[in-house]
Amino acid sequence: MSTQVFYFVATLSILFSLLVIFAKNPIHSVLYLILTFFTFTVHYVLLNAQFLAVVNFIVYMGAIMVLFLFVLMLLNLNKETEPVKSPLIKIVGVIAGCCLIVTLVGSFKAATITSPLILKNPGLGLVENLGKELFGPFLLPFELSSLLLLAAMVGAVLLSKRDEVEA
Amino acid sequence: MENLTTQMAGVPLNHYIYLCAIIFTIGVIGVLTRRNAIVIFMSVELMLNAVNLLLTAFSVHSNDPSGQVFVFFIMALAAAEVAVGLAIIVMVYRNTKSIDINVLNRLKW
Repeated sequence: MSTQVFYFVATLSILFSLLVIFAKNPIHSVLYLILTFFTFTVHYVLLNAQFLAVVNFIVYMGAIMVLFLFVLMLLNLNKETEPVKSPLIKIVGVIAGCCLIVTLVGSFKAATITSPLILKNPGLGLVENLGKELFGPFLLPFELSSLLLLAAMVGAVLLSKRDEVEA
Repeated sequence: MENLTTQMAGVPLNHYIYLCAIIFTIGVIGVLTRRNAIVIFMSVELMLNAVNLLLTAFSVHSNDPSGQVFVFFIMALAAAEVAVGLAIIVMVYRNTKSIDINVLNRLKW
């Protein structure tokens, strides 16, 4: 029964991500993107990666989506201001994407792993297990990522600050 | 929940690979066909998420928690990237009154 849940959620993921890129209104794109991220959270739960499910829920559906919606509403963008590409570019883009998917699927067929996915250790994706890994072998990257976030914060504030000298 | 996940034995790993390849490609098509800079950003997020899901699936497949730690780092990086990227977009909008990326076509050369 659970495999059917996977296929159902996978169909929803593909459908919503298609709607993200083909929706005319950027606000609708953001809302569909939230739904796409929700289906990804369900995928993580199905893989028993509970920590990642919660982090995905909080970081993507909370922080990142609020940021996108905030910027869209701040800039007051809607369908009328939406720039349109010529149909030629669109067709060429879709054809290029189809070529990419054909190449990827072909190469995966050559080196396919048909063995079913079995969760050997039920506690694999829990906080306890990941915490031991994160503060053990990955301690240095973890500390460096705090530097990255600090740099991003300073950079974002600096970029969005108005230039006082020119004003 | 553990009853649910122990029944996951039926889904082959390559179906996860195909799903992630399809979503990644949708992201690529979005980058190629849209001109709104924010929608392009969202397509990049889609690509990052496809890779995250695939890393998690392989992590479960090989019973190694490192893959999920990588996903955690990618999420931190995505948050930083979105913050800086949206700041740049707001700056571009202030200067050009548009978020059409073709306004910035001089960056090509």
